[in-house]
Amino acid sequence: MNLYPLVIIAVVLFVILNLAAVLVWVERRLLAVWQDRYGPNRVGPFGLLQPLADSVKLFLKEDWIPPFADKAVFVLAPAIIVATALLSFAVIPFAPGFVVADLNVGLLFILAMSSLGVYSVVLAGWASNNKYSLLGGIRASAQMLSYEVFMGLSLVGVVILAGSFNLSVIVEAQRKVWFVIPQFLGFVLFLIAGVAEARRLPFDLAESESELIAGFHSEYSSMKFGMFFVGEYIGVTLISAAISLLYFGGWLGPFLPPAVWFAIKTFAFICLFILLRAALPRPRFDQLMAWGWKYMLPLALLNLLVTGAVVLALS
Amino acid sequence: MLSLVRSLWEVFKHGFARRLTIQYPEQKPYLAPRYRGRIILTRDPDGGERCVACNLCAVACPVDCISLQATEDEHGRRLPEFFRINFSRCIFCGFCEEACPTYAIQLTPDFEMGEYNRQNMVYEKKDLLVNGPGKYPDYNFWRVAGVAIGGKDKGQSENEDPPVDLHSLMP
Repeated sequence: MNLYPLVIIAVVLFVILNLAAVLVWVERRLLAVWQDRYGPNRVGPFGLLQPLADSVKLFLKEDWIPPFADKAVFVLAPAIIVATALLSFAVIPFAPGFVVADLNVGLLFILAMSSLGVYSVVLAGWASNNKYSLLGGIRASAQMLSYEVFMGLSLVGVVILAGSFNLSVIVEAQRKVWFVIPQFLGFVLFLIAGVAEARRLPFDLAESESELIAGFHSEYSSMKFGMFFVGEYIGVTLISAAISLLYFGGWLGPFLPPAVWFAIKTFAFICLFILLRAALPRPRFDQLMAWGWKYMLPLALLNLLVTGAVVLALS
Repeated sequence: MLSLVRSLWEVFKHGFARRLTIQYPEQKPYLAPRYRGRIILTRDPDGGERCVACNLCAVACPVDCISLQATEDEHGRRLPEFFRINFSRCIFCGFCEEACPTYAIQLTPDFEMGEYNRQNMVYEKKDLLVNGPGKYPDYNFWRVAGVAIGGKDKGQSENEDPPVDLHSLMP
């Protein structure tokens, strides 16, 4: 029996789940840095043990299911978001050959999993049986549906250039030039759609603590809330990893080992995600929808059209 | 759209700005001399208690955290029998200091009063009294007040004329 895939799975799970925890600390520290503060720096060296303290606190909280909630769905919802986000990492190549499942439709698999992830939010909002949660769930479903459309379309440019849905092949196709240069518009569109898909600020309308009091997860406590937290951070990591794979040459780079290059690029985009949160205000919901359908979708179609035409003319 | 990029850049630049945080237990913040912190009862330059138990501070207190009982010593000086401030109620507004006619009650720039037991937040007179005149080093109420006490008769205060015998004021 070949144990190599199992080792990869174990390593990937270990790295991703720990990363999700450490990202809590990274985000708080970076937000503080951009707000002229220090952030958590008391627990352990540089406050590095803060995630540990946070998770101990989360585990010890009362795990409460509201009596008016739809219990089975209520429990299922937080599991879906973590499961789908983790499943997406099965097709992410961390280095040449270091991938759990080298699917030929890897890119489609990621899109499919992020679509399934919407169920988590919608079901959580529905099962909570709470008006604000339901509003959050409705907003999430509308937002995800509209932003998924041009997310997929903006990626097609990359697929045309690489000639494959396989992520390893897409990375290898960027040996000469990173796709961010021929596909700059596609990159910007994918970045915006990615932020919306990860439901991060400024697109956290499903959550929007100032209007919907945390929206879909306001009824969740303890580790069920923790699951949404972890799922969100895995989602951020996933989108960052996808951006670095599709547009910035993944593991390609001089001198350093491939996995290190991939980690550096991914981390840079995670930092960009946090900077977006630190700097930008949340749009109104109708503005969000108008942006998605009126500007992003036509631009994505235009990008697809021009890329297709150029590739056809050159071949 | 460009304004969004600009605000991203502006926020990013703040990563290299000076930190505004004061790392409190190691670094102490600067507190102005008139900062309103822990309340004290001061003494006059001779070492006597300034408080004359007039109850004005207790009346002025918006949260009713001051309670006291007046008494008199063998010289006829009024002073509080007990003086109690419940600091778990005190809002450090400083109204008591403003109301005090003898500069006895004063607020100091000290705020480190945390306690684990709520009962310890109640300060008695021995906790409040300090061995100094506080902000008004030369003021002594009993030396300027026109009240007769033991060792000082009427008319013997500073800037005070001897009392006039009304019955001797004949036309």
